[in-house]
Amino acid sequence: MARKLAALAAALSAGALLLTGCANPSTGSAEDDPTKPVTLKFWHGWSEDSEVKAIDASIARFEKLHPNIKVKATGNVTDATVNQALRAGGGDAPDVVSSFTTNNVGQYCSSGMWVDLDPFMKKTGLDKAKVFPKTLLDYTSYQGAQCALPLLADAYGMYYNKDAFAEAGIKRPPRTMSELRRDAVKLTKRTKGGGYERVGFMPNFRLYQNSPDRFLAQWGPTYFGKDGKARLAKGKAAKDFYATTADLMRSQGGYGPLETFRTSFGDEMSSQNAFLTGKLAMHMDGEWRGLFMKGAKFKWGTAPLPVPDDQPETYGRGYLTGTVVGIAHSSTHQNAAWELVKFLTANTDQVVAFANAIHNVPSTKAALTSPKLDSDPTFRAFLDIAQNRYSTALPPSINGGQYVTSLQDFSYGVEAGKVHDLDAGLRKLDDEIDADNLQAQN
Amino acid sequence: MATLTNAPALRRKARRERLRTLGFLSPWLVGFTVFFGYPLVATVYFSFMHYNQVQAPTFVGLRNWRYVLEQMPLFGPALWNTLWLVVVMVALRVVFGLGIGLLVTKVKSGVGFFRTAFYLPYLAPPVAATVAFVFLLNPGTGPVNDILGSIGIHAPNWFNDPAWAKPSLVLLSLWGIGDLMVIFMAALLDVPKEQYEAADLDGAGAFHKFRYVTWPSITPIVMFAVVTGVVQTMQYYTQALVAGKLASGVSVGPGSVIQPGYPDHSTLTVPQLVYSLGFQNFNTGAACVLSLVLFAIAMAVTTLLMRKRAGLLSADD
Repeated sequence: MARKLAALAAALSAGALLLTGCANPSTGSAEDDPTKPVTLKFWHGWSEDSEVKAIDASIARFEKLHPNIKVKATGNVTDATVNQALRAGGGDAPDVVSSFTTNNVGQYCSSGMWVDLDPFMKKTGLDKAKVFPKTLLDYTSYQGAQCALPLLADAYGMYYNKDAFAEAGIKRPPRTMSELRRDAVKLTKRTKGGGYERVGFMPNFRLYQNSPDRFLAQWGPTYFGKDGKARLAKGKAAKDFYATTADLMRSQGGYGPLETFRTSFGDEMSSQNAFLTGKLAMHMDGEWRGLFMKGAKFKWGTAPLPVPDDQPETYGRGYLTGTVVGIAHSSTHQNAAWELVKFLTANTDQVVAFANAIHNVPSTKAALTSPKLDSDPTFRAFLDIAQNRYSTALPPSINGGQYVTSLQDFSYGVEAGKVHDLDAGLRKLDDEIDADNLQAQN
Repeated sequence: MATLTNAPALRRKARRERLRTLGFLSPWLVGFTVFFGYPLVATVYFSFMHYNQVQAPTFVGLRNWRYVLEQMPLFGPALWNTLWLVVVMVALRVVFGLGIGLLVTKVKSGVGFFRTAFYLPYLAPPVAATVAFVFLLNPGTGPVNDILGSIGIHAPNWFNDPAWAKPSLVLLSLWGIGDLMVIFMAALLDVPKEQYEAADLDGAGAFHKFRYVTWPSITPIVMFAVVTGVVQTMQYYTQALVAGKLASGVSVGPGSVIQPGYPDHSTLTVPQLVYSLGFQNFNTGAACVLSLVLFAIAMAVTTLLMRKRAGLLSADD
């Protein structure tokens, strides 16, 4: 009996050791000499021909400055792929990684999956506070760990159809939410069958970039209190936001008909985009949309999104996000990787050239004011939004973008009229976000 | 005395026998340990750990279990949807598969054509079939609603309506019923002809022949279809995910993730939730808890069905 017990104990111990062993991914080091020959693996998300050409040109400029470092770039990589690769480790895992969203930075920093860049900045004399705008530094760090740096930013504003505006007798883009409602109604054109020919402004949360957190930024919400607890139910921003979007839907025919119309839209990044085909007169989008508007059959313009009627002084604000870049924890060439990250994020000429090439907002103070920056006024509107003092980004969370997902889920219910008690719903949402964040803590 | 003298030789022989048996069993034992035993032990182990797949796991007791069972709002809808699909989809697939099988065996001419026509959809890859269905049933641009509208039927929003999304998935699964049809057809053709002749002589009609001759003969196959259908539907993932993603129209770029369950979590299944928790949020512990819950339900249902099967079948079966 004793022998059997001993055998069982040994088997269980071996199993536990095996499980623990399998559970530890590989770790890298910052012991490398960045002047020695090395090939870095860089994973990024750009996939359009013009974008890939622009990032390849950036890499070529870097390689010219650092002849000992070769960069092997892999494009069209999603966050999910990066996550899996860094957790699995192995020789093919990337050294330098980027993400098109700031949502997951909190998770990357708190888990140590992306290394803290402060020691590298200290070593090479880069003063981050002097180089990067504060909002951008905030969304690339979590609780003091600067595990990412901004690699161009995105600002959200309004695209509007100037021909439709002229036809409806509207002189300028709306600046307040009540003006938006009034103009949206004027611009909406119904068909005889009860469908739509054109919608003035569709606030439905599943439309392209209309994730609720982006439009909600116009109200300046506070997601978390100083104690780290969710507090959407406590402020009035979320309630006013839902009241406004509901009113916008109601005044243009209601959620159901608008959703049915939305399902007839083509792919966002194609020539069948609903704004490009004239099905939407006003549309919330990022600065990159300008690149896709080249074949438009109407005159169009850009402007900041309207703000709540009781906050007129904040007009010009918008939602900020952007591409972030960092160094993988498993990289064994972290000093060389830092050279690439530093060049891509902090070299003014590089940042300006890349921003011009892919029509994104530059992410350093010097680049934002550079005379070499694209002078197209439709692009400049977004530079102003990016520099507006009321513009905000999402706060990082230990649980990555899970709270944004929870907000989206809740918002889908609200817009469909399934949340009958908004206050109670928002309190429940806060509880859910807190429970998820607690679960993510060690 | 002779026994005592041969005892060492007998023991050696018994040991050899045991080793031989183990040798023959070893491929199965290795497969079972690697592909079932180890993952199961690991799932139980991680269900009590906090583990984000980067840092070393730490013991958190029942925290993951409490989170999933008490605090996670999506657990209820996901479990409900999965069980709904298990009941409705499996039942309809069996009824429909058997019905088509019966029809095809009765057809006098053009048998090959009908068998091929009903089997072909099953060969379509699940993702391609789902894309085609979402396109056909698109309320704004799909031809189905246009056709229904032209004959005065107000068609639903199919995959875009929470009340119709699951039935739409069932429709999709019925379209690809070819696998079950073939199995049932083989079983139906295997029913002894003389039993039908005897029933004819006794004056049995079509219903009575099905009830007293066909049904008892094909019961083992029906039970097989139900048990495998239940297990497969408990793992339902791809079609619901693709349909939800396509129907929602939400763009999924390199920086975003697919949120399963569109519309309003009506197509969210437990396996999708396991994937979201484990590989999007890296909440390994909670994902393991969900997997164990699903495993327990699948085991319970299967055991119940197998017992039922034992009661339905005679020793000759």
